Amino acid sequence: MSRASTDVAIIGGGLIGVWTAFFLARRGQSVTLFEKGVVGAQSSGTNFGNLRLQGRFPGQYPLSLRSHALWEDFEALIGEGCEFAQTGHLYCAFDSDEAARLEAYAQVSQSHGLAIERLAPSDLRRRFPWLSERAIAATFCARDATANPRLATPAVARAALRQGVEIRENAPVTAVTRQGDGFRITTADGRGLSCAALVNAAGAWAVQMAECFGETAPVFAAGPPQFVTEPMPMVFAPSLQTIDGSVIARQTERGNVILAGYPRTAADAVANRAPVPPAKTLAAMRALAGLVPALAQAHVIRVWSGIEGYLPDMIPVIGRSDTTPGLFHAFGFCGHGFQIGPGVGLCLSEMILDGSTPTPLEDFAIGRFRTPAVVSEKFQKEFDRPSDMGIERSAEKGRAIG
Amino acid sequence: MSSIVIVGAGPAGIAAAELLCSHGHRPVVIDEGERAGGQGYRRPSPDLALDMHALMGSEAGRYEALHRRFAALAEHIDYRPRTLVWAIEGRTLHLLYDGRAETIEADQLLLATGAMDRVAPLPGWTLPGVFTLGGAQVALKDQGCLIGRRVAFLGSSPLLLLAAKQYRQMGGTVAVIADTTGLAAKATALPGLLASPRTLLRGLGGMAGALRAGTPLLHGVTPLAIAGNGHVQSLLLRDAAGRERRFTCDAVALGYGLKPETQLADLAGARFVYDEAFRLFLPETDAFGRARPGLYLAGDGASIGGADAAEASGALAAHAILADLGGAPAAAEVRTLTRKLARLRGFQRSLARAFAWPASQIRALPDDTLLCRCESVTIGTVRAAMAQALGPIEVNRVKAMTRCGMGRCQGRVCGPALQEIVAGASGQDGAGAGRLRGQAPVKPIALSAAGESTP
Repeated sequence: MSRASTDVAIIGGGLIGVWTAFFLARRGQSVTLFEKGVVGAQSSGTNFGNLRLQGRFPGQYPLSLRSHALWEDFEALIGEGCEFAQTGHLYCAFDSDEAARLEAYAQVSQSHGLAIERLAPSDLRRRFPWLSERAIAATFCARDATANPRLATPAVARAALRQGVEIRENAPVTAVTRQGDGFRITTADGRGLSCAALVNAAGAWAVQMAECFGETAPVFAAGPPQFVTEPMPMVFAPSLQTIDGSVIARQTERGNVILAGYPRTAADAVANRAPVPPAKTLAAMRALAGLVPALAQAHVIRVWSGIEGYLPDMIPVIGRSDTTPGLFHAFGFCGHGFQIGPGVGLCLSEMILDGSTPTPLEDFAIGRFRTPAVVSEKFQKEFDRPSDMGIERSAEKGRAIG
Repeated sequence: MSSIVIVGAGPAGIAAAELLCSHGHRPVVIDEGERAGGQGYRRPSPDLALDMHALMGSEAGRYEALHRRFAALAEHIDYRPRTLVWAIEGRTLHLLYDGRAETIEADQLLLATGAMDRVAPLPGWTLPGVFTLGGAQVALKDQGCLIGRRVAFLGSSPLLLLAAKQYRQMGGTVAVIADTTGLAAKATALPGLLASPRTLLRGLGGMAGALRAGTPLLHGVTPLAIAGNGHVQSLLLRDAAGRERRFTCDAVALGYGLKPETQLADLAGARFVYDEAFRLFLPETDAFGRARPGLYLAGDGASIGGADAAEASGALAAHAILADLGGAPAAAEVRTLTRKLARLRGFQRSLARAFAWPASQIRALPDDTLLCRCESVTIGTVRAAMAQALGPIEVNRVKAMTRCGMGRCQGRVCGPALQEIVAGASGQDGAGAGRLRGQAPVKPIALSAAGESTP
């Protein structure tokens, strides 16, 4: 049986949408969530699964830390596991310039109370003997973790169901209109629903909805090249990242090594295709074997990518609409939404129910795109051809983020 | 000149290469195998004294002719044995040869990638001593080995009889030939089977041979378990009369016909449609094997038809390539080939009824049966994942939730059974359960294949 009206409607059954639904329902709201396919199928389910606190955008730390506490409490909160593993994260530099950047990240992390270990070559040889000697410095954060993205979103969605949330899968929304102080939502099957508040968490497909209410953001779809190897004997415990972005890797409990790397590739959100160019797979294979020589004979068994929403300043849109009271946006997570997902859900529930959240989110307001977008250095580094992606470059240097 | 690449040096690839060479082209022929011939006409190692004439029986003449033809072809083609195509991107084929990655460009790509065994799980199917039916034949033709001294042949396939005969010839004992399709279904398929009397006679000859040798030959069985302590010791089944019967054996050859090797076609952008007769998703082509511009499919990799159909479809695809390159049409030849191919593939559709995929038996398998051997996923795990709230009802989602089909073989082995389990648990037909999407690499490749990184 489905409702004709609800307190809050959420469009998008990714990690953000289901966490928001969960927190709202826990505080007694009636919530209906619309998903065009099935929950957690897009970037929420295909990402690398990194819950990394090191090297984030400085303005995001309060949100990230709040979110991390939720991940650490996942099983108690949600009632089932998602292979959360607090393995720590080793961030590696190959030269002194990179080492200086690592140090800058470390200072930001420490200013937010994180414990960061700085490792010299001799420490690295002793503690991580599997690591190539090309790594000349690294930082280690023991609180960093990983989880299985394929399991997390459906688990949270089930917890939301138990809180009374109505989840409509395979229900693409075809129209959203203003109705009094609220909204009217129509789905492809012709059914309608009225709601007081509306959350736009439609990922790479979110801009269309923002534009229904006279605001926009230059989101484009892309995905990282990823691969997984056959299960190997355990080689390394922490997740592993090089600051040049050539390797982001982890070994699962089963022994498979999962890798994601740059540069990312443009994806086709309309045709639902996220190709992995074989040349990028080969480059990532070389990079991983160079960093962890013991893996040279590990066999890659599958490549994949996913469709993620990116913005030129490489930080998401989170917060209330500038044009329409009752409308809230959370999209464009630029490949780092997994870690902050639970926190974003919690903050949105507070904004909707309390009118504000104690977590500072001003940097993420949609209004920043009323003027030409700032293209971050990170953006320029992590994509093949930003100019091909229809983004106008700003002369101004972007914010340094990790 | 246009770059024509053929993948697969079995009957389809060889027939296509012959025709292209006779029109002045020099195609590249890439083959994963050590020696040409494909699986059916596989040749033993050169220093192995194996009586292939006896082994091939009535097919010996064709076997020898194909290898003679390939030998004559060798200097007119760019032949690349022991080479894996692991990915396709646009017109670029990514190859693995001698442990190294390389690429080649193809303007016209003909995929003649053949087929592999289709297997259905049953309790005990991963015990040492259980082989696929094709694997049992490969051991024989490639290495001159038997998979055991006393072998049970289980499944549903005309090749059960053929392989059992070959094993008897090589000195093996056949414990039982147990076919899951009943005689009534076989009788219903008989009119269609008359389309290829030669093949039908071979089949009947095999049955007669088995009876003469005193081998138990059962139809309409329900496999219950393969049992043994660390190795196969017996096969337990229920016969058509409902009696449980145990056959002592030290090896089991298991096969339910063949499934096309379609991963490359998938990567190259072919579309797939569900085929009710084979209960598989098959690539869509026109009568010549055109799957999309510049992409041609032939042989068992396009649709199961056997060696003769593979040759005809290979030649047809070559005619299509020549025509697409502006050549004059060879109408009479094409007509003959098209008719022949339609007849042979029609025969295979009747065979698929006479030797049916045991859909209802698979759907009824107990929960503790292992379904995905790469990732150790049981049927019960899949059913439980599907039964929970917001549970998946489509194979790719089931895979994401349970890891079934996510391992080394990427679902090539467990895929058909997974599809049946998902269809059964969600009350859908096989088509509704969906198709496991392919991704590179087609076979696992070592990191070292990519070469050294430049610091």
